[in-house]
Amino acid sequence: MCRLALKTADLPFSPYEVLTAMEAMQEGYDGSGLGLLLRGIEFEDFNYKGRWPIFSGIAHTEEALQRLNVFMSERGYELIYDHNFAMTPGLIEAQDREKYIVRVYREPSNVDPSHEAGEERNMRIRLELRKNGEEHGGDLTAFSFWPNVVMIKEVGWPLQVGNALGLHDGRLKANVVMAQGRQNTNYGINLYACHPFFIQGIATMTNGENTAFVPIKEWLTGKGFPGYTGYQSDSEVFTHILHYVIKKLKLPLETYKHVITPLKTEELDVHPQGEFLRGLRAVCRRLIIDGPNAVIGTLPDETCLLVMDHKKMRPATVGGRPGVWAIASEICGVDAMVPDRDRSLDFQPMREHTVIIPPHRKEMVIWSQFDPFTLPQAA
Amino acid sequence: MVSVRSVYTSPGSLTYSDLPWIIQHREDRCTLCGRCTSVCPVQAVYLTYRRQRIPKLDILKKKRGNDYRTFVGIRQRTTIEHKCVGCGMCSMVCPNEAIGPVPNTNENRSLFHIHQKGEAWKRGGRRNVPGRTFLDRIVFNRISMLTDPALDAGRHEFNLNTILGRVLPPEEFLRRQAAGEWIPPTREIFPFIIGSMSFGALSPNMWLGLLQGVAYCNEVLGIPVVMATGEGGVPPWVLKSPFLKYVILQIASGYFGWDEIIRAIPEMQCDPAAIEIKYGQGAKPGDGGLLMWFKVSRLIARLRGVPEGVDLPSPPVHQTLYSIEESVMKMIQTMSMVFGFRVPIYPKISGTTSAKAVLNNLVRNPYASGLLIDGVDGGTGAAYNVSMDATGHPIASNLRECYLDLVAQGRQNEIPLFAAGGIGKNGNITQNGMALIMLGASGVHIGKYMMQAAAGCLGNEMGRCNICNVGLCPKGITSQNEKLYRRLDPDDVAQRVADTFMAIRTEMKKIMAPLGRSQSLPIGMSDALGIDDAAAAERLRVRYVC
Repeated sequence: MCRLALKTADLPFSPYEVLTAMEAMQEGYDGSGLGLLLRGIEFEDFNYKGRWPIFSGIAHTEEALQRLNVFMSERGYELIYDHNFAMTPGLIEAQDREKYIVRVYREPSNVDPSHEAGEERNMRIRLELRKNGEEHGGDLTAFSFWPNVVMIKEVGWPLQVGNALGLHDGRLKANVVMAQGRQNTNYGINLYACHPFFIQGIATMTNGENTAFVPIKEWLTGKGFPGYTGYQSDSEVFTHILHYVIKKLKLPLETYKHVITPLKTEELDVHPQGEFLRGLRAVCRRLIIDGPNAVIGTLPDETCLLVMDHKKMRPATVGGRPGVWAIASEICGVDAMVPDRDRSLDFQPMREHTVIIPPHRKEMVIWSQFDPFTLPQAA
Repeated sequence: MVSVRSVYTSPGSLTYSDLPWIIQHREDRCTLCGRCTSVCPVQAVYLTYRRQRIPKLDILKKKRGNDYRTFVGIRQRTTIEHKCVGCGMCSMVCPNEAIGPVPNTNENRSLFHIHQKGEAWKRGGRRNVPGRTFLDRIVFNRISMLTDPALDAGRHEFNLNTILGRVLPPEEFLRRQAAGEWIPPTREIFPFIIGSMSFGALSPNMWLGLLQGVAYCNEVLGIPVVMATGEGGVPPWVLKSPFLKYVILQIASGYFGWDEIIRAIPEMQCDPAAIEIKYGQGAKPGDGGLLMWFKVSRLIARLRGVPEGVDLPSPPVHQTLYSIEESVMKMIQTMSMVFGFRVPIYPKISGTTSAKAVLNNLVRNPYASGLLIDGVDGGTGAAYNVSMDATGHPIASNLRECYLDLVAQGRQNEIPLFAAGGIGKNGNITQNGMALIMLGASGVHIGKYMMQAAAGCLGNEMGRCNICNVGLCPKGITSQNEKLYRRLDPDDVAQRVADTFMAIRTEMKKIMAPLGRSQSLPIGMSDALGIDDAAAAERLRVRYVC
């Protein structure tokens, strides 16, 4: 099993807080990978307004860094902020870490200003950078290129990685932080295999194993969408399915649960939207996940969600108070992130639940698969 | 003494050791009850008087001589039409275990003489290739143990059903849903389907038993099994019954039985499960259906609208069609329209290197609901030996390449592929079926296995029995002779159908649980498969294990 921690708060906080929660749950991972995703970014030494895209990645060599500079300037991107981590290099196992990159780029003035074009453009830049690195022996790793999002992935123990990058110094803060400590299973040690996974602003991380990985991967790949690639981890498909449901099918967030773990025929027979959901189950049959999984996700508007597999074979707890919420695979993780909360209101979702923390963070919404939802498209 | 020159032997003279099966008869146990001779479907054994010489030696009188004893014994006929087929009914009815066929391990010389009167030999049944099949060698080797918990086949809930019918891409489904447009019909069915065996090939009792069993599986056990009819129609009472929803009606090149079906449409209480358009069959590709005259009884003649006692060879192609465009466009569309666009229509083809061409055509036809590919190991009620032995394409690679073709197009959820041909021929029904499902099939059709499991068909891969074509089935499964099919009690068949599907359901869970799969049928889960043959592994793109 892996360990997951997410904290979302009205006031920006240091990602180190979430790493301490990971430390509380340290029995559950083996140091084979730590992933961090930060949303709602605040830099101490730069007034970032959340407009321009941030590139997160690692340049493993000086040459790769130079290539990145050339790549971005050729496309008209202007570097306006380059975050310097207060590094303590000895704490990182790997030797080939020339530079952890968190850079804000100003987009060229002649680009298509529409929202969709921006999403497409940012994704393509990330994919091209990733490909560029892969073509040069993996000397450049690209995690995300997106406004208001920073991603860090490294092999090692969470606190150690946090210390190595000086994440405790308060120079980098965020409203939402996702962290995952990985238990290396069957896909080798690879930075791209660390959760969370990211595509066009949507990110998920998982505690579990998706046994239906190969058929789902084949189906997503067959969609021909350039972002549906990678798949160093079987959990990456959860992110892509969420992306597919929200961005491609434009369905409400609640339907994600109906796609990945649909209800049985007998249950759908008595569901108010049963007929539609039966149809949806058939057309999205290849996206039904399997195996034990707790999926924690975040959306570009800072909505956070938590869903379980259909047999509820993984734990997860959500707790907090208006303004601050935490989701973790263990209660001790929630305790570490939001100690001053009413613990009696903690919630452990069952197989039918989707827990949603809306962007206003005033409450958590517990939505059951048996409940109806609004579906303007199918009305 | 008889002189050697006067012993008659013709080029076709055979002795019992030239035949594929030799009757072993134990005189000391035989009570001469005559049951074996009366039950033998081909009259291979007969009672006869024999004379036996008993040497006599009177020592005191120093005299030698002979005594002769006359006795009644069982003998084996050696003519081709009466050669023992090895069905073993004689041993089944013998009260004293005095008789039974044994396979001839010597060379089977009768093979050279079976073409009598210019007729090429025909048989029913199977391809007769014994030994482990390719499917038997596939193992499921992605085991969930510690990284994810193994599931409990006995206690956890499993979704085992599959979908028959065209499935739209999700975007298109939502668009049509919003616009109120037609959404192609689908059926949620059990992935093991009773394959097409016609009313005509099967006896009325067998057919009734299967249907009863299928209805029981659906209505009592909650296993949504469907059965396909094969060519030749359905008894009129079934067409007007609520059981029609468990039946896939087949239309084939002879169109037999469709007068009755079309006439019954206004009176149907429910839609059939699907319509199967047969273009080919794995056991005899390029050949139409064949119901030999022996089996065209009065009932069958009435259902099919033909005179009694004539051979009914269906043409190899649908007569109104000269190309795939026509067959796909017109036939599928017409059949869809006939049933109000509420019934899935899919073609059945024999395994062939050109299967992908057919598939690609179907993918572009909005009314096509699936594709059934029948491999070389499929069975048949009647076919020429040469067709059965030498033509056809094995199912595994044929199915796999079609599936991978769909994967490459991103259409693998849209046109379900069904596989048939040799599934469970050594009894490993669930293992064979699940292997094909993980190679990409949405489900499998099983025929011979059902005849063996549900009705006690005696056929095996050693060439045993194989006389389905001439209507002499000693178990009454493929006979239209009332005296024979009375032996088969439909209730017993129904019971066995239910037993069989309950066991398949359990075995499916026992395969899926260790793979960590329970939420959906693991279609295309090729990462769970391994085979001990590197070339086959490469061809199927699964793991080579040794």
